[in-house]
Amino acid sequence: MTRQLTDRPPAVVEAVPAPRRRPKWSSRTRRDFFVFLALALPNLVLIGVFTYLPLINNIYYSTLDWTLGSASATVVGLDNYVTFFTSADAAKVLGTTAVFTLVTVGGSMVLGLLIALALNSKVRGTTFARSAVFAPYVLSGVGVGLVWLFIFDPGYGVLAWVLRGLGQQSPQWINDPQLSLVMVIIVYVWKNLGYCAVVYLAGLQSLPQDVMEAASLDGANGFRRFLSMSVPLLSPTTFFLLITTMLSSLQAFDLIRIMTPLGNGTSTLIYEAYLQAFGAFNRAGYSASISVVLFAILLIITVLQLRFVERKVHYS
Amino acid sequence: MSTHRPLSRANIVQTIAGGYVPLILATLVVFLPLLWMILSSFKQPGEIITMDLKILPESVNLENYNIAMTTVPFAQFFLNSTIVTLVGATIKVLLAILTAYALVFVRFPFKNAIFVLILVALMVPPQVSILPNYILIAGMGGKNTLWGIILPGLGTAFGTFLLRQHFMTLPASILESAEIDGAGHWRRLWRIVVPVSVPSIATVALVTVVSEWNDYIWPLIITDRPETMTLPVGLTLLQNSEGNGSGWGILMAGAVLVIVPILVVFAALQRYIVAGLTQGSVTG
Repeated sequence: MTRQLTDRPPAVVEAVPAPRRRPKWSSRTRRDFFVFLALALPNLVLIGVFTYLPLINNIYYSTLDWTLGSASATVVGLDNYVTFFTSADAAKVLGTTAVFTLVTVGGSMVLGLLIALALNSKVRGTTFARSAVFAPYVLSGVGVGLVWLFIFDPGYGVLAWVLRGLGQQSPQWINDPQLSLVMVIIVYVWKNLGYCAVVYLAGLQSLPQDVMEAASLDGANGFRRFLSMSVPLLSPTTFFLLITTMLSSLQAFDLIRIMTPLGNGTSTLIYEAYLQAFGAFNRAGYSASISVVLFAILLIITVLQLRFVERKVHYS
Repeated sequence: MSTHRPLSRANIVQTIAGGYVPLILATLVVFLPLLWMILSSFKQPGEIITMDLKILPESVNLENYNIAMTTVPFAQFFLNSTIVTLVGATIKVLLAILTAYALVFVRFPFKNAIFVLILVALMVPPQVSILPNYILIAGMGGKNTLWGIILPGLGTAFGTFLLRQHFMTLPASILESAEIDGAGHWRRLWRIVVPVSVPSIATVALVTVVSEWNDYIWPLIITDRPETMTLPVGLTLLQNSEGNGSGWGILMAGAVLVIVPILVVFAALQRYIVAGLTQGSVTG
């Protein structure tokens, strides 16, 4: 292995014992101190002001009864949280968030794994297919949402036309709260499964080939081999995907905003927080309390991830 | 594993059923909606508001694009998006390079603590910061300004993290020789570290460009006048005026203008983009 570069000075300099009493503040160190600040400080200040400060401010705002744009606010302590958790909204919003997150995570991971298996076969064109299935992941959620809204249109959409051909009436995808959630979930999975497929493909390609071949010589057929070898060996990849897709599902906004602007049946935590502050009511304090709840959930997932990553998930 | 088996009819059938069919299906599922978007953007209202669906437009008619550009100031949105993306991405990549260099090559106390703060920032979703940042930026007079759109996103934890990981792998020998030659940090950064890190920097740059271009929730909140809207927000405005059923062709033209630029960039440079976005998946 090549030597890894560190910030330590070359060995020659280190070998000479520093004569001064505080070698830590040699002129070179002092110069480095200011070089570091000059290089890193702008970025660190920006991260501090626009990433860390808002977390604190959100907690403060969540204790206020405050209309966005109004100059005055009253401190109400935990009232906003009490209002949220005791209203019918909480059950509905948390339920919608849970359904949306679980179905999109499960759906894109299972379909992603199936596509990864197909991409892992040794036929021509897999490189092209890999890029193709990944493409929706990088496209604008607003553009994608509009395209699918047209496809789902109960009057003139392609789906309605196909259903008419089968002698069926198109369901009211947009007006029916439950169906609108189904619609947004389908589109979200379409947009994100390429990410899961590519990550799973990388996992499949890093499986130890000798072990897999030994298994096939032992007469294990493809499906057995997949269930008893690939699936357990892929568990670190599965865990990684579980965390990353769960975090992004909990933050999904673009598709929900474009496909169901009123949040009819699709109000997840993030969307409810947006509607409360920037919708008709401008309830800034109340919205902040929902954001804090969402942040707490995201924090728990992140901490779980960090704890699990320490120990290896699979037995290698 | 099965590349060199002798050809037989059963084998060919198996290859087609197990290899090609799923691949083609997956590719079609992705491409058909996008193809439909492009085809519909050329269709006249009479071709869309009809019970018997026609797949191909009667002619390649740019009327929808024309209407989209005149109903809302699309050229202005395009310009705004381009400015926001280029300025934002340039500054972010620059900040990422400088911070990553400092974290790896410059002596400083508490470097590990600083790195942990950057890692944690990577996990903080921008969505929960929307309201406080709105109040902060609006208070600074940044509502309906391009700098107000750009500023809150400039701090970059993702780029810093990715470049730091890459800089750590550079061999010590190349920098030591430069140091003996008396090159200072600035020259070492631009003459040695940056030139040997072009692929990693390209990855960070492309991922940043894509996410700036697609960014929606923040520009949506901080702008409410067409003059400063970016494309995704402008598309929402178009949806409000054309979303009554007859305007699908116009909306598809708008969607093409948002989606196709990124699709082209992705097609040309997908290797870097995929690598950047799936970073960290196979390290564990």
